[in-house]
Amino acid sequence: CFYFRLTLSNNTSLFLQQAKYISTCIDEIKQELKQDNIAVKANAVCKLTYLQMLGYDVSWAAFNIVEVMSSSKFTYKRIGYLAASQCFHEGTDVIMLTTNQIRKDLSSPNQYDTGVALTGLSCFVTPDLARDLANDIMTLMSHTKPYIRKKAVLIMYKVFLKYPESLRPAFPRLKEKLEDPDPGVQSAAVNVICELARRNPKNYLSLAPLFFKLMTSSTNNWVLIKIIKLFGALTPLEPRLGKKLIEPLTNLIHSTSAMSLLYECVNTVIAVLISLSSGMPNHSASIQLCVQKLRILIEDSDQNLKYLGLLAMSKILKTHPKSVQSHKDLILQCLDDKDESIRLRALDLLYGMVSKKNLMEIVKKLMLHVDKAEGTTYRDELLTKIIDICSQSNYQYITNFEWYISILVELTRLEGTRHGHLIASQMLDVAIRVKAIRGFAVAQMATLLDNAHLLTGNTQRNGICEVLYAAAWICGEFSEHLEDPMQTLEAMLRPKVATLPGHIQAVYVQNAAKLFATVLQKHEGETDSQVAQETSQLLIERLPLFVQSANLEVQERASCIIQLVKYIQKLQQKNVEVADEVTALFAGELNPVAPKAQKKVPIPEGLDLDAWINEPPSESESEDEKPKSKAVFAKEEPKHSRRHTEVDEKELARRREVRKQEQANNPFYIKASPSSQKVFDAPGVEHIPVVQIDLSVPLKVPGMPMSDQYVKLEEERRQKDKADKKKKDKKKKREKRGKGRKADSGPESEEDITPAQQVDIVTEEMPENALPSDDDDKDPNDPHKALDIDLDKPLADSEKLPVRTHRPEVLKSPAEDRENESIPQESKKKSSKEKKEKKKDKEKDRKRSKEEKKKKKKHKEVEEELMESQPEEAVQSEDTKEMAVPPTSAEASDLDFWLSSAPVPPAAQVRSLTLSPPPLLIPLSVCRVVNERLFCISPSGLSRFLTSLCLFSLLFTGLAHFCLFAYACFS
Amino acid sequence: MIRFILIQNRAGKTRLAKWYMQFDDDEKQKLIEEVHAVVTVRDAKHTNFVEVYMLAFVVMHYFPPQFRNFKIIYRRYAGLYFCICVDVTDNNLAYLEAIHNFVEVLNEYFHNVCELDLVFNFYKVYTVVDEMFLAGEIRETSQTKVLKQLLMLQSLE
Repeated sequence: CFYFRLTLSNNTSLFLQQAKYISTCIDEIKQELKQDNIAVKANAVCKLTYLQMLGYDVSWAAFNIVEVMSSSKFTYKRIGYLAASQCFHEGTDVIMLTTNQIRKDLSSPNQYDTGVALTGLSCFVTPDLARDLANDIMTLMSHTKPYIRKKAVLIMYKVFLKYPESLRPAFPRLKEKLEDPDPGVQSAAVNVICELARRNPKNYLSLAPLFFKLMTSSTNNWVLIKIIKLFGALTPLEPRLGKKLIEPLTNLIHSTSAMSLLYECVNTVIAVLISLSSGMPNHSASIQLCVQKLRILIEDSDQNLKYLGLLAMSKILKTHPKSVQSHKDLILQCLDDKDESIRLRALDLLYGMVSKKNLMEIVKKLMLHVDKAEGTTYRDELLTKIIDICSQSNYQYITNFEWYISILVELTRLEGTRHGHLIASQMLDVAIRVKAIRGFAVAQMATLLDNAHLLTGNTQRNGICEVLYAAAWICGEFSEHLEDPMQTLEAMLRPKVATLPGHIQAVYVQNAAKLFATVLQKHEGETDSQVAQETSQLLIERLPLFVQSANLEVQERASCIIQLVKYIQKLQQKNVEVADEVTALFAGELNPVAPKAQKKVPIPEGLDLDAWINEPPSESESEDEKPKSKAVFAKEEPKHSRRHTEVDEKELARRREVRKQEQANNPFYIKASPSSQKVFDAPGVEHIPVVQIDLSVPLKVPGMPMSDQYVKLEEERRQKDKADKKKKDKKKKREKRGKGRKADSGPESEEDITPAQQVDIVTEEMPENALPSDDDDKDPNDPHKALDIDLDKPLADSEKLPVRTHRPEVLKSPAEDRENESIPQESKKKSSKEKKEKKKDKEKDRKRSKEEKKKKKKHKEVEEELMESQPEEAVQSEDTKEMAVPPTSAEASDLDFWLSSAPVPPAAQVRSLTLSPPPLLIPLSVCRVVNERLFCISPSGLSRFLTSLCLFSLLFTGLAHFCLFAYACFS
Repeated sequence: MIRFILIQNRAGKTRLAKWYMQFDDDEKQKLIEEVHAVVTVRDAKHTNFVEVYMLAFVVMHYFPPQFRNFKIIYRRYAGLYFCICVDVTDNNLAYLEAIHNFVEVLNEYFHNVCELDLVFNFYKVYTVVDEMFLAGEIRETSQTKVLKQLLMLQSLE
């Protein structure tokens, strides 16, 4: 049997055999498809479907599938539709041919034909099909058989996605289906509306009373889950709804035995609580209930429940951290769980649970887990979490930065991590922004540089060697804190450095120059200038290695600096004092720039990059004029260029040959070698076997700090601080721990823990008059965006779905079709139902004028209410009013009425304002693009320019100061 | 909403693949491989949920960020893995239950279902799927109703 043979041949050794077998099968199928017998054809298509499932391309048989689909026998039809639903997609061109066939099947008297067509259609519906068949499917929504109704309702969702214009005309009927006598149809309608509402909740607020009724009456857990989930999406828009929901939901939580329903209820209650202003006394009970239920879930032995419990807990954490923090023990236990996803969820929770008091303790526990962790992915995740936890809200919880730096240094010892870059950026950030820590950081970084060989094992991108980038930069930039700059300089110029990635080498070279400046500065004025000269000599000896680097950046910087050093050496020999001028090269402070700063640069007024600077030459003109006025040049130009190309093609090839030959014969020409470093290698070095030492335990590096040490110190310090406060007169004790401890004058934290360092966190710079905005990264291609339609507006005639007419042509171009839509069609075939609908619409229109009057009244009332309740919010009442009473909707005012049975605190209403979706920021996105185009300067080009400028100015030392600062900015 | 339903055996052979979203053939195969790789290494100590980040390869290469909001819920029955891929916001337990419901229907329909039943009658399995799920939603949850429909359909052949 065909299927069986395929099953057996999954052994890898039989792979070739299988490929051969399948190709013969496909040949066979091709033969079968050519036959006229529909049974044979259907069987072949069935086999193709199986092959398609296994991943073989069967698009070539699309037409045969259509043939089988159009068979009148149900058995074959079903096979055809199955194949189509598996193989067809939007790009399949034969789909165009199926429109009529599908329409015929949809209106077939046999409900199974219809059912099969609907099922198939749900998989391969295209915008064209959706447009042409929307009306047919809509009619099926009121089919006599619930079996068909149910399918039609579900498929409408796909139709909406492909043809958004159909949503408004179909919506009234969809709403009707919510109250269908058949529970299956009802649940289908709930499913579809939930799916729609989840994407654009605000348009479905008016259905809330209906859903509320369903929720309280339904006993089907599947439907209940959907409805409750929908309410979870609606409550942020309408806090009053949340108040109404709390009670039935709590009842459900207490009564249900189904975990899935319980979980959904808890989730929605959390959503409600988030939407309501916190601190309401009667809600603490609901929070407690949720937390308590979640604790039961987390303690359960079922891993799934544990995972979900943690997931829901993290939602509570955002608004009610206090109630979660009491379960810290439980969450820390979960870190030991066998399942990675549970551990990660627990980590997420820890993120929100840290405080100044427990940060060190939590991080210490996490560090233990890092050591134990098996998979690299999990270890990396731990690493990022540790850094996230520590750095959150501007290092708010770190009291001792020495401890943090030592944690970062410890993290560099992780093997095989991919987050070297992350650690590096943290080091840079801390060293730049926390001024008091620089001395300590520089010392640590110097040891890192000294032990660089431990980190260079992993030279892949984002590997741990990235840390050296930060280390080198910090040592260079803050070299005044270095105890022995000479030693660090030596470490940075070791030949091994040449194996590091280019961008790191570049930083090494640049910062070697900074260190050089520091060394000069230190030793100038001494009678014996031995050290300074030795340093210049060292640089001159070591830098040529970098001049040969394959990386352009490294090469360029190295050759600049080597010239500089040579020049300085000359001056030194003449006993000229140069140190001040060399240090001036790197003068000035570098401040951090906010990551969004570039985007926020406001667009200059009147700037339009798309506008022509000069009037564009009109095309017709240029074509006409060329032969006339520029005839002289026009003849010459083509000739000229042709000659050029001839030279390019023939000459170049010949010349290249000659050159190659010359080079081959020239004994002085160094032939291309794979890498520049090989020149230095002694011959035969490659043959010496290198033993890879696989150390399971990272070597302990002398001088590397153990963070534990700092934990202890910090504890001692805290105790001492407490003691100090008691005996305020003994102030001198505080100076004991020296260094950056100037915290005494700083403001005391709420937890009475004073930071060890004066944390002068430099804020990031932003451009002047930056535009304040939260740019949400909404995807412009999201199909659900098109479905953001106001459903409460009455239907206009032009929006009616195109009804099929007797016209012979089925395939219309979309443009034509749209024209047809706008012209009111004379529809003889309209069903009675549709006529009714039209009547309804007319009535609605009539109602609307009345309603508008009512609405005006209502607005006034609401306004007055608001004025009474909270006069200081009067300015915002305009918007509030809009939220509370969406204009032109009868249902919305019903909703208002329904909701107003529960008294609403004005605070909640005002809150709804802040939660309303932000207006689309189209102009902003435009200016972002403009800005990026405007200010995109290639950094390497600029640095090259500045470097040359720099050298030049050194010769004319008087000029130096102004451009040096600019250079320092770009180093 | 369901994005796809997948039945695989332990060796990674696809026994059923129903797609409710548009994927390229290439993407489909990559996803199938990735799901297999992730799911087979998990045992009873693990949850039945697979988060997106575990499918790092496929996700990073094929899906732009806005399409990475899904998760996979799977359940193992003997040598077969039943996987359902749904939106992140969907209720895990409900779909776990849906899988079980589906397997129970299969078991009833084929009278003690085994892997070979799924192979030889793969088109029937698709019919079962279509009866229970449609357009990415759970269509029918009543086992008796589904079985009745299936028998009706069978009688038409």
